Amino acid sequence: MGRRMHLAAHFPGVNNTTVWSDPDAGSQIDFASFVHLAKTAERGGFDFFFLAEGLRLREMKGRIHDLDVMGRPESLTVLAALAGATSRLGLAATVNSTFNEPYELARRLATLDHLSDGRAAWNVVTSWDAFTGENFRRGGYLPQSDRYTRAREALQTVRELWDSWDADALRADRESGEFVTPDQGAFRHQGQHFDISGIFNTPRPPQGHPVIIQAGDSEEGREFAASDADVIFSRHSVPEEARAFFKDVKSRLARYGRRPDDLKILPAVTVVLGDTEDEAAERAAAIRRAQVSAPTALAYIEGIWGRDFSGYDPDGPLPDLEPDAGEGVSKGRAQFRGDRVAIARRWRELADTRGLTIRELVIEATGRQTFVGTPEAVAGQMDGYVQGEASDGFILVPHLTPTGLDEFVDRVVPLLRERGSLRAEYTGATLREHLGLREPRTGGEKA
Amino acid sequence: MTVHLAVALDGAGWHPAAWRDPLSRPAELFRAAYWADLAAEAERGLLDFLTFEDAFAVQSSRWDGPDGRTDQVRGRLDAVLVAARLSAVTSHIGLVPTTSTTHTEPFHVAVGIASLDHTTLGRAGWRPQVSGRASDAAHFGRRTLPEISVDDFRTGRHADVVAELFNEAADAVEVVRRLWDSWEDDAIIRDAATGRYVDRERLHYIDFEGPRFSVRGPSITPRPPQGQPLITSLAHDTVPYEFAARSADVVYLTPHTPEQVTSILAEVRAAEGRTGRQGAPLKVFADLVVFLDPGDQDGPSGSERLAQLDELDGTPYTSDALVFTGSAADLADLLLDWHGRGLDGFRLRPGALPRDLTAITRDLVPELQARGAFRGAYAETVLRERLGLPRPANRYAAAR
Repeated sequence: MGRRMHLAAHFPGVNNTTVWSDPDAGSQIDFASFVHLAKTAERGGFDFFFLAEGLRLREMKGRIHDLDVMGRPESLTVLAALAGATSRLGLAATVNSTFNEPYELARRLATLDHLSDGRAAWNVVTSWDAFTGENFRRGGYLPQSDRYTRAREALQTVRELWDSWDADALRADRESGEFVTPDQGAFRHQGQHFDISGIFNTPRPPQGHPVIIQAGDSEEGREFAASDADVIFSRHSVPEEARAFFKDVKSRLARYGRRPDDLKILPAVTVVLGDTEDEAAERAAAIRRAQVSAPTALAYIEGIWGRDFSGYDPDGPLPDLEPDAGEGVSKGRAQFRGDRVAIARRWRELADTRGLTIRELVIEATGRQTFVGTPEAVAGQMDGYVQGEASDGFILVPHLTPTGLDEFVDRVVPLLRERGSLRAEYTGATLREHLGLREPRTGGEKA
Repeated sequence: MTVHLAVALDGAGWHPAAWRDPLSRPAELFRAAYWADLAAEAERGLLDFLTFEDAFAVQSSRWDGPDGRTDQVRGRLDAVLVAARLSAVTSHIGLVPTTSTTHTEPFHVAVGIASLDHTTLGRAGWRPQVSGRASDAAHFGRRTLPEISVDDFRTGRHADVVAELFNEAADAVEVVRRLWDSWEDDAIIRDAATGRYVDRERLHYIDFEGPRFSVRGPSITPRPPQGQPLITSLAHDTVPYEFAARSADVVYLTPHTPEQVTSILAEVRAAEGRTGRQGAPLKVFADLVVFLDPGDQDGPSGSERLAQLDELDGTPYTSDALVFTGSAADLADLLLDWHGRGLDGFRLRPGALPRDLTAITRDLVPELQARGAFRGAYAETVLRERLGLPRPANRYAAAR
């Protein structure tokens, strides 16, 4: 038998890839939308359902960015509610390690794991910007260089807290009168970012440790994933890049005493289906146009160029303006934090070479559609991808709430199951079991 | 005139030895099914809402820190998430978790409770609680608090620290309330003509600046269905009465006698006056710990059970609230008498779970219904409405 594919579903996010203008686009907030997507994913035998997080509304040119879907409920709260509406699906929460303290983080994640009978995952993210920090008493600023040291130490501390209770600590023995074995929860952690001690008050999670997800792509991010994560949420969906990334990250595991299978690599992908290849391509193009409205195209250029483009026609040519390398006009959005001048140069070349308008340029340059075709073709490509060690599976990012996964699960999942690359039904109970992960290594010594 | 009835859930019940009750389910306290069954029972009894205790500490027989005991329930789940887990398996009952105003970020609380209000379609509440223990502060490592003993509350030693904790709690509530209003109800416009998903004029920075923290806003979560989820607080003294008067919709009080009902109510109303409370007066509930006699079935009486649990625990049970033992009819008499003295309702703390919850829903509730003092069916699905509180206008919409 070939390699088994792991699938996950990303709730449509707060950015322009989520199409809110479609007549079928439902609420991004109503719990019913989350239930629909989660149940669809569970019907498709997905490993987990993934919620992102952002702790400050995005801004453009000093004002709240109003073109994209924005606003969402809190990940862990929604996932705890979904634990009551699903039975097997893993529940993955993105939670910031900068604006949460380990004691509270550890018990909230442990609680989700208890309440879902072992289906919880934590996507560890870090923020370093003062912009987000303005919403928190902790205050904002963490030097960017400390992002990973803080994230690593937060994760290490959280693991120590989970390990502070024995797996068999709860006795509940009426006869002997012993509810719990002695000395549970005692911890002491002294480090660069945290100096805490006392008694942790939530019993060890059913999975030992909830599944750890990491999304960083830098050298440090890859190393962090190799040493500490169970799943890496990758951005590399182009086959060659994906294979190189896969090989690179998997090769790093041995030095931490881990096997290649201990870390699953799941790129974020999109799927557009059609009865024919042409129909699929037409639908894909229509989705791209919906994702990049005229005002969105202009806002994108402004984000990259770091300056005001008001008054320019999005359906006209890219004006001859140089990017402003300064602070930029966009806040709270990771994609505008990189080397904007270099991106602007590439984009201008693309526009000039192809004779693209502003909107066409943004459609072209930010295109993220991965699999476009008939269900048969898409199933074949996805399977080939996994068999060819470009990934261990995929995180599907639908463009529509709440029906964005329906077609995939109705039309592609049966084909993947026929091929034997996707499970016919769940065989395990916990998310670790779905992912084929080993018991967690225990972190630190008890205090 | 009917009474409001809430039940306070905590572990295996409020008696420290409750887990040893033959009907208890001590091995399941950290499982969803246990909580779902309790919520279903409470909903069958048409109760107004459930509260969920929480703390950043293991339970202890000592006031000021862990006691190392292993013969009582130890361990807690996060209360907001327990409440959220019940969203999809309940349909009417209000869900009111406890969080700390001392250690939890107000921003996280605001979005958490708002999210609970979304997942329950308007059944969320919140009980803010201060954490005064030095040992809790050491779990966070961001501040130090002095060791405060029970006596300190009586003698006024550390009164400045206590006042500070409550002032901070009031600031936290203010931040949370502003964040709930930071999205106007109709902020999401989905205007295809202009490409705008939201009307940014209907989103508001809250710009809270206090001595302990500042929060910019807006929230990341649209306004909750109730506008402002129900805020409740437990109070035993002047400072917490004033906190409730400033910040809460419902206050839980702990009178032990009918006379105390009257005198404490007067103190609460005076606190409302001193703090210049606007809008609806506080809804006042009394807390009682209950050990009820069996209804139709055989079995030990409430007082016999209390005595048995006391013996198992080695110490007579004491509580800040009145400990009631007796029949459902006797309890109904007491509740209606106290209700007549001006209370809006009661938050009953079951001595043992699920036994005393079942006694409330199957014996006490029919007793009250027979006297025309309790609803025969749920009318409202929204928690505020059930308590007769209007949906609040948005403070920012009015100012715009």
